[in-house]
Amino acid sequence: MYRLRLFATRHARVFEWMYVRLERALVALDPVFARIGYNRIERPVALVERGLKGLMFDCRMCGQCVLSSTGMSCPMNCPKELRNGPCGGVRPGGFCEVKPEMRCVWVLAWDGAARMREAQRISEVLPPVDRRLKGSSAWLRVAREKAEGLRATREADRLAMAEAFPGARESEPASAPLAQEPARAVEGAER
Amino acid sequence: MIDLIDDDLLPSYTQPPPGMSSGSRLERALRAGKFAVTAELNPPDSADPGDVFEAARPLAEVADAVNATDASGANCHMSSLGICSLLTRAGYGTIYQISCRDRNRIAIQGDVLGAAAMGVRNVLCLTGDGVGVGDQPGAKPVFDFDSVTLLRTIRTMRDDGVFLSGRRITRPPRLFLGAAENPCVPPFDWRPERLAKKVEAGAQFIQTNYIFDLPLFETFMARVRDLGLDREVFILAGVGPLASARAARWMRSNVPGIHIPDPVIARLEGAKNQAAEGAEICIEIMQAVRAIPGVAGVHVMAYRREHLVSEIVLRSGVRQARRVGRR
Ligand code: SF4
Repeated sequence: MYRLRLFATRHARVFEWMYVRLERALVALDPVFARIGYNRIERPVALVERGLKGLMFDCRMCGQCVLSSTGMSCPMNCPKELRNGPCGGVRPGGFCEVKPEMRCVWVLAWDGAARMREAQRISEVLPPVDRRLKGSSAWLRVAREKAEGLRATREADRLAMAEAFPGARESEPASAPLAQEPARAVEGAER
Repeated sequence: MIDLIDDDLLPSYTQPPPGMSSGSRLERALRAGKFAVTAELNPPDSADPGDVFEAARPLAEVADAVNATDASGANCHMSSLGICSLLTRAGYGTIYQISCRDRNRIAIQGDVLGAAAMGVRNVLCLTGDGVGVGDQPGAKPVFDFDSVTLLRTIRTMRDDGVFLSGRRITRPPRLFLGAAENPCVPPFDWRPERLAKKVEAGAQFIQTNYIFDLPLFETFMARVRDLGLDREVFILAGVGPLASARAARWMRSNVPGIHIPDPVIARLEGAKNQAAEGAEICIEIMQAVRAIPGVAGVHVMAYRREHLVSEIVLRSGVRQARRVGRR
């Protein structure tokens, strides 16, 4: 919802605080998730995630959530789906070039980031979206990625992505994932 | 069969001189500390190479490189790749513009190799205007990359010799990487930060959108210098002659990202000869930006007024005329 989305960036600091805790909890739960099987919990968790984040941030379930690096303003709401800052067409007053009735996602993002403890994360160069992950749970991906650390996989393609965007790999590992994807996540939970 | 191929006309792979990414005329000029001039070419709606050469001729006398736009304003024209291929073969310095709007990562990475093989040495990485403002508003907007991921991808191709998939490139493209910045639209405070991100991603030169608001640009440049970015990237300020007050108003409300302050329009309106006044304003802005520390050149965008480019640049005194072509 647009109004709640504006609210979230205005209170980015609070959401940042909640997200740090959520992330910690998820990482701590990694062994549990792994025991039950990430595949099995993928759909229910994705459902909850879609509901909550959809309401709060107009989340589009890209599966590679970077909210903590974008001032709590979801970049997938940008009509150009830019992940690294505004385009050159932002209108006077900070409105979107493509949807003039909407505030530019990146004007909100920088506004939100300025209120956050880790404001500098918005300067990180984030990789292009892996479109296969649409609809899957980014929360579970973060849990897996953080837990796996930098353990490399045999998949050279994702390794190259992680190496090309090393900073993002550090701060937003779900945006440059290395861990093995459970089958359900890749297929997308939408179907 | 061999008779059909003239070796002199075939492009070949060359290594750049030491310390350079591409060794393009533009890169050499900038690294030598010369005040560089680039100019935007109006791409033809035609398949005739002659139209490309005709469009390039009035720019070549003063420009270190000619920008071939990539369907700018989301309007269809001859492709940037086609124009650059023709012009580099004829000895012009070119800047191959890539917009993220129309092609995905597969197409773009392939085109980058193709362009480099055709002799292109400079690339400008752009987000691209939305499809809605162009002549085909029903098109699918792609935006698989954004300008920043595009920069990082081409840098990875060049420096690490791999595609983003990790597959090896046997002969990496030798390219001088550019990006755009628009200091005159919101969020003003964060524009220099955004520039830093582009530099971090791989930008080596920057061409800005039109600068008509000097105080705004000066504030931007001051912050850029504070961040030390002027030492890491060559900044070319975007300039251009306005045809009339009416044209200026039209641009301001119809072309994304153009900020023209009211006093500029009022000055045009008050002039007897508005076109001449537009050129005069452009010359003044060029001289003013030249005096700002950290500005390494100008990028002239004279849409449909290309015939004026040489005169404007020479009259401004920022640059001497050079011989056209390589021969
Ligand atoms: S103005 Fe902002 S939200 Fe709109 S397309 Fe540009 S960057 Fe995206």
